Amino acid sequence: MTFPTAPAPHVVAHDSVGRVMRIVLYALVPTVALHVVFFGVGLLVQIALGAATALLTEALALRLRQKPIEPFLKDGSAIVTAVLLALCLPPLAPWWLVVSGTAFAILLAKHLYGGLGRNPFNPAMVGYAVLLVSFPVQLLQWLPPSGMDIEQTRLSIGETLQTILTGSLPSRLTWDAVTSPTPLDALRTHLKMGMTMAEAQAAPVFGALGGRGWEWINLATLAGGIVLYALHIIRWHIPVAMLSAIVVCASLMYMVDPGAYAGPIFHLTSGASLLGAFFIATDPTSAATSDRGRLIYGAGIGVLTYVIRTWGGYPDGVAFAVLLMNLSVPLIDRYTIPRVYGHAR
Amino acid sequence: MTTTELLTGGLRIEAHKRRSTKASVRAARLIERYVIPLDQHSGLPALPLVKPADRVRMFQPIAQPAPGISAWLHSPVSGEVLAIEPRPAPHRLGAPTMSIVIANDGRDERFDNAAAVVSFEQISPAEACEHIARGGIVGLGGAAFPTANKLESSLCENGPQLLLNGAECEPYISCDEMLMRERADDIVFGARALLHALCAPNCTIAIEDDVPEAQTALRLAIEKAADARIRIKVVPAIYPAGGERQLIATVFGVEVPHDGFPADIGVVCQNVGTAAAIARWIRDGQPLVSRIVTVTGDGVSEAGNWETRIGTPFSSLIADSGGYTERMSRLIMGGSMMGTSLPHDDLPVVKATNCIIAASALDLQPRGPEMPCIRCGNCSQACPAFLLPQQLHWYLQPFDSEQLSRHGLLDCIECGCCDYVCPSQIPLAERFREAKPLLARELDAHLTADAARARFHSRNERLARLEAEHRAKLAEKRRPKGEPSST
Repeated sequence: MTFPTAPAPHVVAHDSVGRVMRIVLYALVPTVALHVVFFGVGLLVQIALGAATALLTEALALRLRQKPIEPFLKDGSAIVTAVLLALCLPPLAPWWLVVSGTAFAILLAKHLYGGLGRNPFNPAMVGYAVLLVSFPVQLLQWLPPSGMDIEQTRLSIGETLQTILTGSLPSRLTWDAVTSPTPLDALRTHLKMGMTMAEAQAAPVFGALGGRGWEWINLATLAGGIVLYALHIIRWHIPVAMLSAIVVCASLMYMVDPGAYAGPIFHLTSGASLLGAFFIATDPTSAATSDRGRLIYGAGIGVLTYVIRTWGGYPDGVAFAVLLMNLSVPLIDRYTIPRVYGHAR
Repeated sequence: MTTTELLTGGLRIEAHKRRSTKASVRAARLIERYVIPLDQHSGLPALPLVKPADRVRMFQPIAQPAPGISAWLHSPVSGEVLAIEPRPAPHRLGAPTMSIVIANDGRDERFDNAAAVVSFEQISPAEACEHIARGGIVGLGGAAFPTANKLESSLCENGPQLLLNGAECEPYISCDEMLMRERADDIVFGARALLHALCAPNCTIAIEDDVPEAQTALRLAIEKAADARIRIKVVPAIYPAGGERQLIATVFGVEVPHDGFPADIGVVCQNVGTAAAIARWIRDGQPLVSRIVTVTGDGVSEAGNWETRIGTPFSSLIADSGGYTERMSRLIMGGSMMGTSLPHDDLPVVKATNCIIAASALDLQPRGPEMPCIRCGNCSQACPAFLLPQQLHWYLQPFDSEQLSRHGLLDCIECGCCDYVCPSQIPLAERFREAKPLLARELDAHLTADAARARFHSRNERLARLEAEHRAKLAEKRRPKGEPSST
């Protein structure tokens, strides 16, 4: 009798890139849900637009590169990029913002470098950075979270769609009435105006821990991140290093002058700290790869995030911090090769 | 489902041993012809002592070791030598290998080797090593390294520590488990002979935590022998805990140097099957002409363990096991993680054949399409050699020998853990298996080139020096006599 032969190992675990990406998407569900609770259905529209753009550009890029289209569309990585980018955009941002940002992320940040697994930079963060630099006004037009006693400005689903697609609000509203800065942005502006931390944080946009609404969204992100850890999709090194670095920096400065610098809890529960730590910095392709390397990489993102938030030109610094550390990955990887069995310690 | 052991590397893989450990070890059927490959051990092929048409008896030496690393071979049956010719063999799939073919006369007439039975305490350790060599004993864990060669190279002043490997981590193989359950006395006897041959102070028998029956049997046998030098160490059933270097790190907490051998840190590791084979030779005069072979997998009707004479074709063992099932799809010698896939079953059992898996689609999860590496790092968490397979994979295409060697490609033990956990379904183990010899050759070429360059420079220097000396001498000669030299 004859049999076909194959190389060892003859058994492999059931796993796929698609499964990894699906779990990442599931783990984002609580974040998205609370986002919708506090800021309305705008995010869902942004995700739908982004995902459609991502799949289309991915298919186009694969076709241009003469690669098989179906397995790569099914792997879900493009959708993860789209969702992460959509989460960073204001819920009522005009449609062309999410479409151009996502297309840029997929085409230039991903496929120009060789597609899945070969992008040195996190595609979603490249897309976001490009939008932030090009259209800062639109990107900083956030909505006030619900519970701020301005319910009359809440948009219906139809109005949300209309606003995103046409770029203009229903006639009963004005942009000034609808928008509100993010907590990090508000804090920054208030501190610049010479207010103390206590005066600044008395504004209605702040909640008990960080930004109103944001604190709950961030807790949901933390829960999703813990799920990713429990399912072995991510490991602890990057999130722990990044969050610890933020806490250390924020605590140090808070101890120096509590009146001028926000405390560590505020930094953790506002902005994209937790989303960055669990879902963005942990993108394995663009992160450092050894355990030691990941600790350095995560800590670097944490420090840079704090520095950019506190002294830089933008209210949140996660995106730029991630991109800067992406840039350092080849160097980190080179100097953190682990000791191999049987070699001198 | 599996869980990766995050700190130590390796994997907890679902075991498939129960299927083959229900029945006790049975004797495989006798057949008409036995094929004994001359190169079935590590090292050099043995040199035949018989020629076609010679009559041989069971246990008679039929080939002697070549000088260097090699081993004796004995006839598993009585009968006639039919031929010495190239035959296909499972350990050399590339080309047929020279083999002695013996026709069985069915009488099992024993070769008179009464002298083989010795009381090992009466002979010197060196004689004991020599005697073990004469029994054709080789490592039965899979590598078939001649035991006497290993013992001789491990002798040291205070005696090395002896480690008997009963950690059978491959998920399908159960021959060592059955051996420990049924012939624990042989293992203990063999351990004492090895202690003597090595002048070793003590012996550790490593056994996995998921084989309680085997642990009990071994404990009883050690009690019976009342030998305080022998102890049992239970190790976690993590693949590849039974790999020699991994086991030494688990048991003794020290690593074998990457460019050295266990003997360099005072350890000698032998398989439990090897110890039992030594016992049979020293105590009963029976050389290594048979071994326990696990036949398992969903592709055979009845899984089990068989006491099999060396040279028995796989097809006969499959027939003993009730034949193939309809689902049979892949024939594997060895384990599911590191075993070799065989093109057909007309191949003889050799000393290294510990297991035959007749695998069906139920055993072999089909691989998905290969996707690009996303650097998730599951592989580096699973790697028992602490490598970064994701980086090695990156540097394979294009082949970057400097980075590959910096990242320790040559330290890869090819266990397949990285491959097992890869979500992108990349056949990493196969890639590394292919790349290792390429890298070794390239590094070798570098060394050779460096040496050649050094030789060339030193030759130039030497020539320049000679020429300078020559010129000096000429100048000396040309100088008018009596004139003082200028220097």
